[in-house]
Parts: sequence; C-alpha cells; structure tokens
Amino acid sequence: MQKRRQLTLGLLFASPWIAGFLAFTLIPMVSSLYFSFTDYHIIGAPQWIGFNNYLEMFTQDPLFWASLWNSLIYSVVSVPLDVVLALIVAVLLNMGVPGRFFFRTVFFLPTIVPGVVTAIVWTLLYSTQNGILNAFLSGLHIASIPWLSSPDWAMRALILMTTWGIGQTVIIFLASLQDVPLHLYEAAKLDGARSLDLFRYVTVPLISPVILFNVIINLIQALQTFAIPFIMTGGGPLNSTMLYPVQVYLNAFQSFRMGYASAEAWFMFATIFALTLLTLRFSRSVVHYS
Amino acid sequence: MGQTGQVDRSKMAQGQALAQPLRRATHYALLRLKTSLAFIVLLVFAGAFLVPIVWMVSTSLKVDAQVFTDPPTWLPSPLKWSNYADALTYFDFGPDLRNTLTITLPAVTGTLISSALVAYSLSRLQWPGRDVVFAFILATMMIPKWVTLIPLYILFNKIGWVGTFLPLQVPAWAGDAFSIFLLRQFFRQLPQEMFDAAAIDGAGHATMFWRLVLPLSKPALAVVVLFSFTNNWTDFLGPLIYLSDPSQYTLMLGQYNFFGVHSTAWTQLMASNVMILAPMIILYFFTQRLFIAGITFTGLRG
Repeated sequence: MQKRRQLTLGLLFASPWIAGFLAFTLIPMVSSLYFSFTDYHIIGAPQWIGFNNYLEMFTQDPLFWASLWNSLIYSVVSVPLDVVLALIVAVLLNMGVPGRFFFRTVFFLPTIVPGVVTAIVWTLLYSTQNGILNAFLSGLHIASIPWLSSPDWAMRALILMTTWGIGQTVIIFLASLQDVPLHLYEAAKLDGARSLDLFRYVTVPLISPVILFNVIINLIQALQTFAIPFIMTGGGPLNSTMLYPVQVYLNAFQSFRMGYASAEAWFMFATIFALTLLTLRFSRSVVHYS
Repeated sequence: MGQTGQVDRSKMAQGQALAQPLRRATHYALLRLKTSLAFIVLLVFAGAFLVPIVWMVSTSLKVDAQVFTDPPTWLPSPLKWSNYADALTYFDFGPDLRNTLTITLPAVTGTLISSALVAYSLSRLQWPGRDVVFAFILATMMIPKWVTLIPLYILFNKIGWVGTFLPLQVPAWAGDAFSIFLLRQFFRQLPQEMFDAAAIDGAGHATMFWRLVLPLSKPALAVVVLFSFTNNWTDFLGPLIYLSDPSQYTLMLGQYNFFGVHSTAWTQLMASNVMILAPMIILYFFTQRLFIAGITFTGLRG
C-alpha cells in the first residue's frame, strides 16, 4: 500500500515531464519515422511510398550529398579548431595574468549575442569592398578576399566565425584546469619536468574527459548549425555553405516536402549518433578517467 | 660552471653560494616573462574578440559615407544618433519586444515550475522506476531537435496552433532536461535532517517542496531562469517556423526581416542590433556569476 502511494506521488511530481515526453518527443519521433516512408505535403493525406524517400536521397539528390559533405567539413574543421583555441585561451587565463576577470568577460560575451545579430554583424565585417577584415588585410599588403561572395571562401569564412563563439568552451576548460591538484605539478617539477612537459603529461591527461566532453558538445552543435548560414548566405554561393540543416529546412518549410524532410531528419539523427559513438570509441584509448 | 681540469675549492663554494639565489632569480624572471607573454597574447586575442562588438556600435553612429572607408573609421564624427530613431521605422521594436516577452515569460515560468517539480520527484522521492525516468531524461538531451521539428509542426498545424504563440509557449511546461538535471543535483545535496524534522512536524511533500526546497535553492533556480530566458529570447528557428504575420514577429524575426528587406542599411541595422543586444549585455553583467556557475556545472558533470 505504502509502495503504491510512493509510486503515485513520484509519478505525480514527474508528470509534467512524462506527459511532455510523450506529446513532444516520443509520439513526434514515431510519427516522423512513419512520415519518412510517405509522400506528404501537409495538404491531403500522407501516401505510403516505402523506401522511396531514402532511395531518392541516396541516389537522385545531389544536394543531399553536397549538404552532408558541407556539414561534415564544417564540423570536422571547426570543432578541433575551436576546442584547441579554447584550451590555449584557458591555459593562458590560468597562468595568473592580471585582469583575468576582464579577459574572461571578453571571451564569454560573444556567446550571449543572438545568432541573428552575429550573422548581420559578421556580414558587415566580411564585406569585400573595404570591410573591416579586408581593410586589416590590406594593411598587411594582402589582397582583399571575397569572403562571402566566392564559393571557395564562403565556407572558410563560416568556419573562421565559429572561433568567436568559443566562450563556453573556455569557461568549462578554465574550471577544469583549476581543479587539477597543485601537488601534482609540484611533484612533476621536482622530477625536473618543464612547463610543456607539465602540460603534456600532467594537465592534458587529467582534463582529458573534459576535452572529450567539449569535443562532443561542439560536434553535436556544429552538425545542427542553421541560423548563421541561413541568414548570411542562404546556403550560397553555389550551395557552398548549404549545411545539412539548412537544406532540411528548405525541403520542409519552403517546398513542404514533409515526408522527404522527415527522412533527412532521421538520417541526421543517425549521423550525429554514429559520429558521437565513433568519437567515444576513438577516445577510449586516449582519455584518462581517474 | 667548468667541470674540466683543476677546480679551485673555494671558487666552487662561492659558485654554489651564488647559484641558489641566482637560480631562484632566473626562475622568477622566467615566470614573470611567461606571465607577461601570456598577458600580451591574451590582450591580442581579446582585442580581436572585441572588434565585432566595437565595430557594430561604431557603425551604428556613423553617417553612411563613413561605413566603408579606407582606412577604417573607428570613431565616427559627427555622431549620428538619429540612426537609432531611423531604425525604428524599418523595425517595429516596441511591438516585437512585446511579442518576445509574451512568448518568453510563460515559457520561462513553465520551465521553472515543471523542472523543479520533476527534479523534486527524482531527488527527494523514492519510487520504483525513478532511475529509469531519469535515464530517459538524460537520453533526450542527445536527440537533435530536427527530428521532432517536422512532426511537431504537423501536429500544431492540425490543432490550429500554427500562426499563434502557443507552440513556442506550451512545450516549455513539460520542463527542460538540462534544467531538471541541474536542479536534481542541487536538491540532492540539501541536508536530509531538515526533511526528517519537517516530516515530524507533519509536513507533506507539497509543503516541503514549497517551503523548504524552493527557498533553499534560489541560486540553482536563478540559473534555470537565466538559461531559459536567453534561450527563448534569442530563439530564431521556432518563431521562423510558427509565425508568419509581421504583427507577431519577435525581436529576432523582426531583425531578420529588416536585414532581408534592407540588407545595406548598415548604420540602421547596427543600431537595431545594439538595441537588441543591450538588454542581454546588461542582464549578463548583473548575473555573470550565475552564468559562469551554470556553464561550469554543464562541463564538470559531463
């Protein structure tokens, strides 16, 4: 009887999440899986077409492959770049420099800037004719770069921008660096270790779980990046910045191909899941858990 | 110090007496040098990080002729404050702000109340299946929102919610996985004796939740409010999908639309950017500690 009461009480308190999980996660996911096997344009009923959406994706839709490739390149380049840069900044901040509070604020500030504002400001910075970045380059006698207007440069511009958003990663690294017990450094110093050795053999192994965490979080975010390329380039020029989510959005909410877009969304889920597992598997030999 | 040949004993003793302070001095000099180098590198990075914000503010006060000059104009003269007023003719700041608040306030309230209730259930109540539910909550954090985006749109379209604020307000009342996780960890650390004492006084769980847990968890609840507020305030994809009538635009959608229609009105665009960003920066300066605590929490439990 007592047990029954406890179960009722527990479920009662947890009911908002349980109801929400059913209504806004589980049922939508199952229906999305169903839609992915249908031809469905919002108006009219979904038509069952078996694996045709998946077949079309893999065999007849060059944009599917192009956008998948773009998202992979974007993620595989930007994630290591951002994580390494964030670690360097965190290590420098942890060296007892004056004005640490000021620096921490400066690096964190961009992460609270809304994507829409970031996209518009960076479009201005990237202007080809006397934009501030090109003005800086011309000061170094480097020819101006057609940042967003050339298919060769647009993706690089997008990746370069991501470094502006490393603030959260820096904060997480900084906290983990402060957790490394000082006596370990002192013991290593007595053994004659130099600063770089300390970093390589003491710091990195101790914070390796945090490095892994940051890599995975950044990877998941990078693969879902939508607002910034959508606003800045709309996926262009010549689809060079057509990231996968932008393409899913266009199929779903401009062409209203709900069935096809559902199939693409499921494929994205599978890709993110697989890449996360791959990262975890790879990390097993590298990450040190104390 | 030469080790070859004959070494004069007294000279060696002198050398040793000198070596200790010398080594210490070099050590400190090196340390200072390293710190100075780190400081300089950070200064350069910080300068680069500030460029977009400084340039935004500077451009928002320029006359058009000063936007693209070679060399760049950092300090506009004259200061054209009227860009801010002009921006308001392209961009309905007041109504868009009201819409954003109409979405954000109920969404934040819902996230806070529901997440706290669920976290209480997962931390202070014992019931079979509790850990399974908790595992599910953690697992949902891994699901990309793109998988549920399309079916949710179809669902909300069916029940006539597309074109209203409801799809942006209601789901928050289910609680948010990250907030539940954060609050659960916090509630677990509250001392058990307090709950025992309250139970002896005849308090039920509703009383304990309301009178004990909530007042004692203000910092954690504040982190939830802060994160939920920023997420809703800056949301772009949700309003983009569900709202199409300009009278319903949020600040983000209004600004996106302004950029889409007048993509070269740089001075006014930057002025409205500043207006959108200013409240966030002010909020951040007052709540910096909570922001950092919340983010650190994410990283160290990962």
